[in-house]
Amino acid sequence: MGHEITLEVNGVAYTRTVEPRKLLTDFLREDLELVGTHVGCEHGVCGACTVLLDGRSARSCLTFAVQADGTKIVTIEGLAQGRELTRLQQAFWENHGLQCGFCTPGMLITATELLATDPAPTEERIREALAGVLCRCTGYQQIIDAVKAAAAGSP
Amino acid sequence: MKPAPFEYYRPRTRSEAIELLERHAGEAKVLAGGQSLVPLMNFRLARPGRLVDLGSIGDLAYIREQDDVIRIGAMTRQAEVEDSPLLAARCPLLVEASRWIGHRTIRNRGTIAGSLAHADPSAEYPAALVALDGAVVASGPAGERIVPVRELFISYCMTSLEPMELITEIRVPAVPARTGTAFVELSRRHGDFAIIGVAASVGMDDEGRLRDARIALAGVGPTPIRCSAAERALEGQHPGEKLLAAAAAAAAAAADPGDDLHASADYRRAMVEVFVGRALASALSRIGGS
Repeated sequence: MGHEITLEVNGVAYTRTVEPRKLLTDFLREDLELVGTHVGCEHGVCGACTVLLDGRSARSCLTFAVQADGTKIVTIEGLAQGRELTRLQQAFWENHGLQCGFCTPGMLITATELLATDPAPTEERIREALAGVLCRCTGYQQIIDAVKAAAAGSP
Repeated sequence: MKPAPFEYYRPRTRSEAIELLERHAGEAKVLAGGQSLVPLMNFRLARPGRLVDLGSIGDLAYIREQDDVIRIGAMTRQAEVEDSPLLAARCPLLVEASRWIGHRTIRNRGTIAGSLAHADPSAEYPAALVALDGAVVASGPAGERIVPVRELFISYCMTSLEPMELITEIRVPAVPARTGTAFVELSRRHGDFAIIGVAASVGMDDEGRLRDARIALAGVGPTPIRCSAAERALEGQHPGEKLLAAAAAAAAAAADPGDDLHASADYRRAMVEVFVGRALASALSRIGGS
């Protein structure tokens, strides 16, 4: 049986009918065609599917779309303003903070939340925050460099 | 994988939620933060026919103190426990235990009552609340009853809650004066499930003798356990390295952990000794003035 939900994604209001078992990840990708949010492990370990739900990071693979009724979601597509990258995205570009790009949506959303709550985090805090997102190519170092470069006080 | 189909309900009040659980007893499962239940459903290890989502019940998220007892609403997120200034001052063990749960993203969604109802014996809150002699308020068709946390856990992921009962509140005594607490954990990486975890609380009287030590272990059996022998060894004694070592050894001797992929029983027992020692030393160092 379908449930009607209304939510805001990247500033746009959507009303859709969803099956209860539809995960928020699949809703974003299939129903809204926002495929920037990636499906990795589907059990909350890899972090590739991380989105902001009412301003806080959440695993979209551990959230049913029906639970997101009435919420505001920001996905990777919602970070840049048009062609204008955020400071964090620009820093990922400049510091080679990605290779294959699969984990990048999770990294960017998680680091966006971190910098919103702690604009000048220590390296330890950056590492702790990003520990919840798995990257299999970079060895993390350039991702950490990118977050540091985007932090307040960096040139 | 994707979850099997289910019927979804989103009650607006506690009584509506309990009514749904009563109507579909045995078939309905409660959805709180979903950070343990949804992975199990994605793996199809859990296939509940109906889910009762507590997310829209307005009055289930709060942290307040009344007569030296902290009351925490069931839907309070683990991140809210972690960030609470009231808990930092009045129940720091819960704040410290929170930081060991998964990652911040998980704690943003996961709830305190969800952790208790899930009853994973390696989880942090069950052990912390067993150490603190906490209790839960279980609400059901017959009204409310208070269940001490030590009577809540029956076995691996199994509680004494009835199918139509719901945890609505957690109650935990505020930390008494001249008492220090600590939560330490061994895991492969930060954020992984605990191999073992230790929650400790220890008080000191005016003569510098230890009083009311409480030690609970996670990850050493089907439920969190209290280390009564180690607690007795500390009672009334002056702290010192030998005493702490003896208490840690008593805790290890009483623990009966199992083997699994991550650690053998012998290794777990050895680590109980090490980590009980560390937890006690840390708790002692935090005993403030009267």
